[in-house]
Amino acid sequence: MTQNIEKFDVIVVGAGPAGNAAAYTLAKAGKKVLQLERGEYPGSKNVQGAILYADALEQLIPDFRDSAPLERQVIEQRLWVMEDESYVGATFRSDRFNQMPGNRYTIIRARFDKWFSEQVQKAGALVICEMTVIALLRDESGKVIGVEVDRKDGKIYADTVILADGVNSLVASRAGLRQDIKPAAVALAVKETVFLPRETVEARFNLKGSEGVVIEMLGSISQGMAGTAFLYTNKDSISVGIGCMLSDMKAQNTTPAELLEKLKTHPSVAPLIAGGETREYAAHLIPEGGYKALPGLYGEGWLLVGDSAGFVNAVHREGSNLAMISGRLAAETLLELGEKGLPSSAANLARYKARLEDSIVLKDLKKYRNIPETLDSQRQFLTDYPALLNDAAHEFFTVDGRDKASKEKAIFNAFRERRSLLGLLGDAYRLWRATR
Amino acid sequence: MMKVEEKLFQNRYRVDAGRPHIRIKDESLCNDGCVSRACTVCCPAGCWSFEEGRIGLITDGCLECGACRVVCDTHGNVDWNYPRAGFGVLFKFG
Repeated sequence: MTQNIEKFDVIVVGAGPAGNAAAYTLAKAGKKVLQLERGEYPGSKNVQGAILYADALEQLIPDFRDSAPLERQVIEQRLWVMEDESYVGATFRSDRFNQMPGNRYTIIRARFDKWFSEQVQKAGALVICEMTVIALLRDESGKVIGVEVDRKDGKIYADTVILADGVNSLVASRAGLRQDIKPAAVALAVKETVFLPRETVEARFNLKGSEGVVIEMLGSISQGMAGTAFLYTNKDSISVGIGCMLSDMKAQNTTPAELLEKLKTHPSVAPLIAGGETREYAAHLIPEGGYKALPGLYGEGWLLVGDSAGFVNAVHREGSNLAMISGRLAAETLLELGEKGLPSSAANLARYKARLEDSIVLKDLKKYRNIPETLDSQRQFLTDYPALLNDAAHEFFTVDGRDKASKEKAIFNAFRERRSLLGLLGDAYRLWRATR
Repeated sequence: MMKVEEKLFQNRYRVDAGRPHIRIKDESLCNDGCVSRACTVCCPAGCWSFEEGRIGLITDGCLECGACRVVCDTHGNVDWNYPRAGFGVLFKFG
């Protein structure tokens, strides 16, 4: 009977950046692609900070800037190391980022994903929304041959299934393709979109036109948990949020909503969003387990891409770009197999992993493979050092009649008391080692 | 301080009345067998509560993050599914 049923070359599950990149690449090359999305429209279930790194999208759609809904072109990056009343910061602002083509943009995902999906449909893929994949179909040998959706007679067949269904990836876990995510391998982030008049955003951040600023924050705001916060400028809104490892959240008593409120009332953050109107509150898991937490990435008739594969570089706050790259590489792997007349067997799909290893996706994840453990076992980087830095700055910048040599000594002693000389040396080594 | 209810009030939802997408497999395990009840702390939407010795779950404000499922790794007591297609939170900005 199956011969009479419509069959696709590829079914892509999910319409986020990874799924869209895969579906776009395949459809553009003439493949018969079905993409399934559980949301009302692509983007309605998707959450991100959000920063778009141009390069990954440019590989797919070189002229995306002409039509994509971009918020602001990022010309300034701030890093704040925070204590309850202060922060020590580093800022990099460059007019070079104003030159075209821009490198990074802030985006609003619900709008961006809708646009991206339109490009996928124009390329020739069939995109169906409000359809949830509940299981994978397999033949007697165990090869994945399609999906089952939450409709009557909901069996759909394809040569290959690309799972781009996001961090929870229920389908892959339930089918036994991957283990379920663990609290120590995932961060929970919450965010508000706070609206302000465009002129107010521009005045507060010293911006003109479509220039934008992003701020990444760490320190006391995460209350000892491994986590970071962010504040991104959009056209007429600000995205402000905080994320911490779920294993840490589990072991304390502050709710994510309370953490976000504390961040919003921090004396350095509050004036930036003052008078703003919160129009949405969102939450999302981020797979931050890194290289060592990666699941199997392919098998008989299936591939994992994007968040469902765990492709997030937590150190550099990269995820959606890795999603797009992995989606494109999965698609290119299938196109290569198609040209050579090879089936989507696990042995052939191993080429997908080889392509990933040759790209920044696995190269970067491999470089930072020890970071999650280092931050987990060496909490001083998130607690002691931010406090010491801020105390040192207070000491250094307070003119109070004490001589400068005594001040320097006091600063040094504070570091030594908190971490000891050997501890300081060890920390320097650990940080170097974790990032090499 | 903005309460979580005020935050959720800004969101757009299509609630699948009478068909919660998250269910507790065995409530007595939550009430008597669990010490941490991490779900009540970690849920960003405040869907989980523990009052007068009883676990409570109201999924109307759920943001579909999956945190409650993942933090219940020791007991595996959360039966978590996506809402039926078209239902649940509908992010305007995301």
